[in-house]
Amino acid sequence: MVEQVFRAVPDMAAVAPAASSAGGLVGPSGPRPRRTFSRRNIFIYGTLFVVAIYYLLPLYVMVVTSLKGMPEIRFGNIFSPPVEITFEPWVKAWSTACTGLNCDGLSRGFWNSVRITVPSVFLSIAIASVNGYALANWRFKGAEVFFTVLVVGAFIPYQVMLYPIVIVLREIGLYGSLWGLVLVHTIFGMPILTLLFRNYFASLPEELFKAARVDGAGFWTIYLRIMLPMSLPIFVVAIILQVTGIWNDFLFGVVYTKPDTYPMTVQLNNIVNAVQGVKEYNVNMAATLLTGLVPLVIYFVSGKLFVRGIAAGAVKG
Amino acid sequence: MTSVVVKDVSLSFGAYDVLKELNLDVPEGEFLVLLGPSGCGKSTLLNCIAGLLDVSDGQIFIKGKNVTWEEPKDRGIGMVFQSYALYPQMTVEGNLSFGLKTAGMAKDEIARRIARAAEILQIEPLLKRKPAALSGGQRQRVAIGRALVRDVDVFLFDEPLSNLDAKLRSELRVEIKRLHQKLANTMIYVTHDQIEAMTLADRIAVMRGGVIQQLDAPQVIYNRPVNRFVAGFLGSPGMNFLDGEIEGGAEPAFAIAGAKIPLDRYGFDAVAAPGKAVLGIRPEHIALGDVARAMPFSADAGVELVEPMGSDTLVWTKLGGQGFAFRVEAERHLASGDQLRIGFDPARASLFDGQSGNRI
Repeated sequence: MVEQVFRAVPDMAAVAPAASSAGGLVGPSGPRPRRTFSRRNIFIYGTLFVVAIYYLLPLYVMVVTSLKGMPEIRFGNIFSPPVEITFEPWVKAWSTACTGLNCDGLSRGFWNSVRITVPSVFLSIAIASVNGYALANWRFKGAEVFFTVLVVGAFIPYQVMLYPIVIVLREIGLYGSLWGLVLVHTIFGMPILTLLFRNYFASLPEELFKAARVDGAGFWTIYLRIMLPMSLPIFVVAIILQVTGIWNDFLFGVVYTKPDTYPMTVQLNNIVNAVQGVKEYNVNMAATLLTGLVPLVIYFVSGKLFVRGIAAGAVKG
Repeated sequence: MTSVVVKDVSLSFGAYDVLKELNLDVPEGEFLVLLGPSGCGKSTLLNCIAGLLDVSDGQIFIKGKNVTWEEPKDRGIGMVFQSYALYPQMTVEGNLSFGLKTAGMAKDEIARRIARAAEILQIEPLLKRKPAALSGGQRQRVAIGRALVRDVDVFLFDEPLSNLDAKLRSELRVEIKRLHQKLANTMIYVTHDQIEAMTLADRIAVMRGGVIQQLDAPQVIYNRPVNRFVAGFLGSPGMNFLDGEIEGGAEPAFAIAGAKIPLDRYGFDAVAAPGKAVLGIRPEHIALGDVARAMPFSADAGVELVEPMGSDTLVWTKLGGQGFAFRVEAERHLASGDQLRIGFDPARASLFDGQSGNRI
């Protein structure tokens, strides 16, 4: 039957061999055929492949090197996989690598970083979300000025404020302590986080807020019962921004803490840049990977939510 | 007894006056519709009554109490929004009970009120669902329920049906009217839909530019609009407007190109001064054929365009060189090019001043 139709319109059959369905329709019908190996696809996937290799190659080298022993590294072939896999560099980087006088590895820095990051992230997000909510929904007198000042604050280079903050921390007795650094991180996270939360809350339908007010809910009830449950995506975005930002911070860590309270990044720098003795590339690579593991895990766990939060705006009730 | 009184209320955002010295008295149990084009201040006025916006000047009374500085929850109002504004993370039951829980009401009383509202609105099977799992009509019913459980004196509706499709809209319109008959609460209802206004209202307040143009029963507003704006805003298809001149003297008449419409039967509001004016006549007040010949005014007209609408048909023609539409029953089959006699009684028309647009 189909064959007959093709014979009746030979040129049509040549153009679109899959165009006729069982119903005997002549000419293109149904889904348009798409070729897997079109020029377009080859170009797109080829580019993606090259770019992926470009970014993954250094990671590969790091992982491979961290699993080799020093003799093997001295052969100089950095791309070859390890002949004999050893986890000793990882153990050494974590628990016995020396920085200055301490020889307890990165573990101390890791726990310092945890003790800095967790309260900083919690405090900065808690305060900034309330700020953003108040700015978006309550429009108090001077709100515009307050917001402008806050946003301008985001553009002041950190270097300008380094020394004044040292003095402030010294005066309030927090200089060199973990809590001093927590305070600094909380304050410096404020502008960008407030902006983030303000824009998110402003994108929620205003009528929800009005409805809650008619229902008799006050400032905190609306925040906790109405706004918070609708804001998971933006909280995930804020957590990712803050955890990676604070975890990766080096400048504030090195300026505002002492060797005992150095965060992981500062300690990593001290291990990698140690000038005495042999350069232990495998330990350095393992230490670097260990330090980068936390942000990496965060990205992997929350990648989907992150994208949803960034693209948020249309929340339907 | 008056339920809601708005006294000299003004509201400005910077230099822009949204409401200008507005006065409004709503008697107990009345269904008042605020009608106007977008940006006329009708929603703003409703928000002021609800207490969601602070007024720049003036006072608002609800049940004889000055509530100008009161919080929304203390005003004895319930509000229904256009976008439903249901709390998405709560079930229907949670939505209905939120306000009551916030007010610290006893559990059994909350359950009793939810059961009553659910029964009135027929949403009992939906109580455990989240808003996302409801259709538009169901959501709006829940939103009305949220106002209902609060057992308030005044219901405020802010374009509650505008997000629904035409069929649902007409269904819910009837339900709202039924609800009003059952509860007999005061209801203030904002809409830009003149059919909603005509069908629901005890009185309509037509607004433009922050000022109430006319406040009266729907029939009065429809038949005796105070100005050209009100005349044009109500009615679908809209009123015909003919530009012309009033000729005074012993037999006053309205002159358009090639015709004179006698005005001796027209009930003038003001003294008819000769000069430019606009005559408005609704499409359904036009008669045809022999009936038209019996009217005080009639003229020959050629059919230009026919719009069949099912229940009736709208026919476009020209009168005195100006576009003119009239309505005929659907059974009468007209085609463009047909010639016929049309006529109307000027007593049913409205005359507006050419300059101010006010009724004369």
